[in-house]
Amino acid sequence: MSAAVRVRGLTRRYTLKGVLNGVDLDVAPGEFVALLGRSGSGKSTLLRALAGLDHEAEGSGEIEVPERTSVVFQDARLLPWMRLLDNVVLGLSGRDARAQGQRALAEVGLAGRELDWPHELSGGEQQRVALARALVRAPELLLADEPFGALDALTRVKMHALLRRLSEAHDPAVLLVTHDIDEAILLADRIVVLDAGRLSADIAIRSSDRKEQAPIVRERLLDTLSLGAR
Amino acid sequence: MNALTDILPARPAVAPPAAHRLSMEAPARFGLLLGPALLLLYWAVLSVTGFLDPHILPAPWTAVTTAIQLIREGRLQEHLAVSAGRAAAGLLLGSVTGVIFALVSGLTLLGGYVIDGLVQLKRGIPILALIPFMVLWLGIGETMKVAVIATSVFFPIYIQTHTALRAIDLRHVELAETLRLSRWQFLRHVVLPGALPGFLTGLRFGATGAWLALVVVEQLNATSGIGYMVTLARNYAQTDVMLVGLVVYALLGFGSDAAVRILERRALRWRRTLGR
Repeated sequence: MSAAVRVRGLTRRYTLKGVLNGVDLDVAPGEFVALLGRSGSGKSTLLRALAGLDHEAEGSGEIEVPERTSVVFQDARLLPWMRLLDNVVLGLSGRDARAQGQRALAEVGLAGRELDWPHELSGGEQQRVALARALVRAPELLLADEPFGALDALTRVKMHALLRRLSEAHDPAVLLVTHDIDEAILLADRIVVLDAGRLSADIAIRSSDRKEQAPIVRERLLDTLSLGAR
Repeated sequence: MNALTDILPARPAVAPPAAHRLSMEAPARFGLLLGPALLLLYWAVLSVTGFLDPHILPAPWTAVTTAIQLIREGRLQEHLAVSAGRAAAGLLLGSVTGVIFALVSGLTLLGGYVIDGLVQLKRGIPILALIPFMVLWLGIGETMKVAVIATSVFFPIYIQTHTALRAIDLRHVELAETLRLSRWQFLRHVVLPGALPGFLTGLRFGATGAWLALVVVEQLNATSGIGYMVTLARNYAQTDVMLVGLVVYALLGFGSDAAVRILERRALRWRRTLGR
């Protein structure tokens, strides 16, 4: 199986923040990878590099990502002057784009809200629209930069279930950046830890007995993360 | 238990909605007319009681009767049509060029260097001070009049639109990049709607500026228009006709401002703001 994502020797330098020092990473098609790390570990830098948003960075290395790549940001980033459906299908053309957009909105539980304005939605609902906007493009790779970081705990639990359901249904490769260990264990097939610009751990999780592995994996992750702290 | 309920005041069964503290109540429909109405009342009282010499400022009803008379003679509407035509032509020309220049200067580096520098330089010169040159270049005909009005509209439109363009959220630009919008889609869905609030603010200033410029150019060798009517009346000391001209200007200014505000409210329905 050829990789969905292939990164070799990726180095990035910003004048102020975020440093990557030779990152190698492969993500298989359909694989759900959580990218874990403390603040300033470079995890967002890596994601922005994959998303092609790091114009100001200096650096070297190779990146291969699929043609169809969607990004979900920490904020929903809806255009406030567009109704929900227009936000979802923004940039899409084709006769059935709106029908697809409608279906995507229904998939995230917002059927019938096509004509609402973004400001009429709660934070969780807005993030669901952002998910619909990402998925309606049938991505081979979904990049998510702490997409639930700004949500309250209850909403986050619901969003975890939704994201898992959607990623199983659409089967894109997913790279989820998070600083939440439990979120990573709950959602991912594989957890990679980034520390000071290098990958410091790479742990696979069998989805068959996720619950049983959770304590062991958490222990290992905590070790890795706190070792880096010293 | 009992002790507690004795101490705590009973909550009202139906809690009233919280009063506004920093936000404001929804405005009444015709609230904006209150100020003008008060002024009119003050003016009427002064006229009735004889404090106001009609040679200095005629009574409000004189303005009405004179206006009716002017309309009967067909003079008022004739002049008004000419004035409105000039203002509209200038407003349109100034708005279109203002937006185009703002887009070029806001979205291209070179355009920004060339245009914005010039505009900032020109801001120091009052438009009315340019009129002698405009007359020299364009003559004293309609071209000059429309050009002066368009110039006075151009600047507020340009400045406000340009400022709004520069303030477009970088996060929205990133979004456009990840959605792979084309340049045209980016312009249409992100840039133009993002700059619209600024443009509308500029349009309000521009509309006011258009009437101002109109007054000046119509007193400059014109043979028609409200300004001409007023100048003529001044030569014959017809204060009532002068007053009608003044009232017409006020109504036009007020009306155009209200029209832009309505346009603003329609176009910016997606916004939630303090003023609503």
